[in-house]
Amino acid sequence: MEPRTLLVQYIRESAGLTGTNIGCDTSSCGACTVHLNGESVKSCTVLAAQVDGMEITTIEGLAQADGTLHPMQQAFHECHALQCGYCTPGMVMACASLVEENQNLTENEVREGLEGNLCRCTGYHNIVKAVLEVSGA
Amino acid sequence: MIPANFDYLRVDSVEGALNALQEHGDEAKLIAGGHSLLPLMKFRLSAPAYLVDINRLDDLKYVREENSHLVIGALTRHSDIETNPLIKENAGLLASATHHVGDPQVRHRGTIGGAIAHGDPASDIPSALLALNATVVVTGPEGAREIPIDDFFVGFLETDLKDDEMLTQIKVPCVPDAKWSFQKFNRRAQDWAIVGASILVNNGQSGISLVNMHSTPFRASAVEEAIASGANAVEASEQAAIGTEPTSDINASVEYRKHLARVLVKRGLEEAGL
Repeated sequence: MEPRTLLVQYIRESAGLTGTNIGCDTSSCGACTVHLNGESVKSCTVLAAQVDGMEITTIEGLAQADGTLHPMQQAFHECHALQCGYCTPGMVMACASLVEENQNLTENEVREGLEGNLCRCTGYHNIVKAVLEVSGA
Repeated sequence: MIPANFDYLRVDSVEGALNALQEHGDEAKLIAGGHSLLPLMKFRLSAPAYLVDINRLDDLKYVREENSHLVIGALTRHSDIETNPLIKENAGLLASATHHVGDPQVRHRGTIGGAIAHGDPASDIPSALLALNATVVVTGPEGAREIPIDDFFVGFLETDLKDDEMLTQIKVPCVPDAKWSFQKFNRRAQDWAIVGASILVNNGQSGISLVNMHSTPFRASAVEEAIASGANAVEASEQAAIGTEPTSDINASVEYRKHLARVLVKRGLEEAGL
């Protein structure tokens, strides 16, 4: 692997996991969000070499092995928190990390916490609803 | 977008990083969180031959209180600074400014040392550190030296760091009783500041600085002097654009930036109870 390989490139092209999307490629849109040692990061702005030996979770690894959805995936499903779906993998990963760090989010905190993820379809409303569903507020 | 090719070196100590810098000179660049450097490299605005990864220097990740100062390791991530109880209590302005950087994903990666070493006048963190009168500690082959934050930023994206030195620590005086405000004006949540202001008022002393109003992070000395002579928020904020040389771009003209500086300083001073 060349040292300049980006994490998102490695995930999509070497590991063959294409659930993680590339959107803006400039760490603005959040489509490429994955978890690095449990925390959300934008994989277009991390080198694959930098995370050697660390734990990466992509959208493919969020559900349990038997297919049971992660609570955030379930909430997105129930709240209809998506339309075209392009931002969804990154959005779900960002939301899961947000709730992991704070279990009692207010609506305002959810909206602020999603400042790094762009959605062109939903107007965010149902996404916020899904996060609040999981965070129990 | 893929960066130009480079050799990747991972080091596990300050000594290792300094050795790499000494060996490769200005062909080498340290990478911490990488959220300033990697975008530059992807745009091919920067193409270092050697990238020295310092992310695993865990002994540079800490926040401690020593002799009425907060002592912060250069590799402490933004997300750890914005939530740190010691920082919230003793330098709330720094926690607030850090919370305004980028978005949660960016703050999980970005580091305080990287944000300062990049020397970007549009960055939120240098402004808070100016207002707080911080000191930057850099380590080189001869050992460590301390640089007052006012002397650290020497030009656009240029700092006093030498090619063979690395930024290792930031010292911030504890000001638990200070009133402060961080003001940031932008059009979209995660954007850089079109203009920003750090305001700190403590027992008649003040620290006032501006984001994106000059080629370097900028101390608004004229406002500080006005406050020292007893000016109120309205009077003092009228001095906010004095000495600034902002640029004109798609977001704002020079005149509009100067207007914003006055408005944001006024809001900040009022929020800080002046």
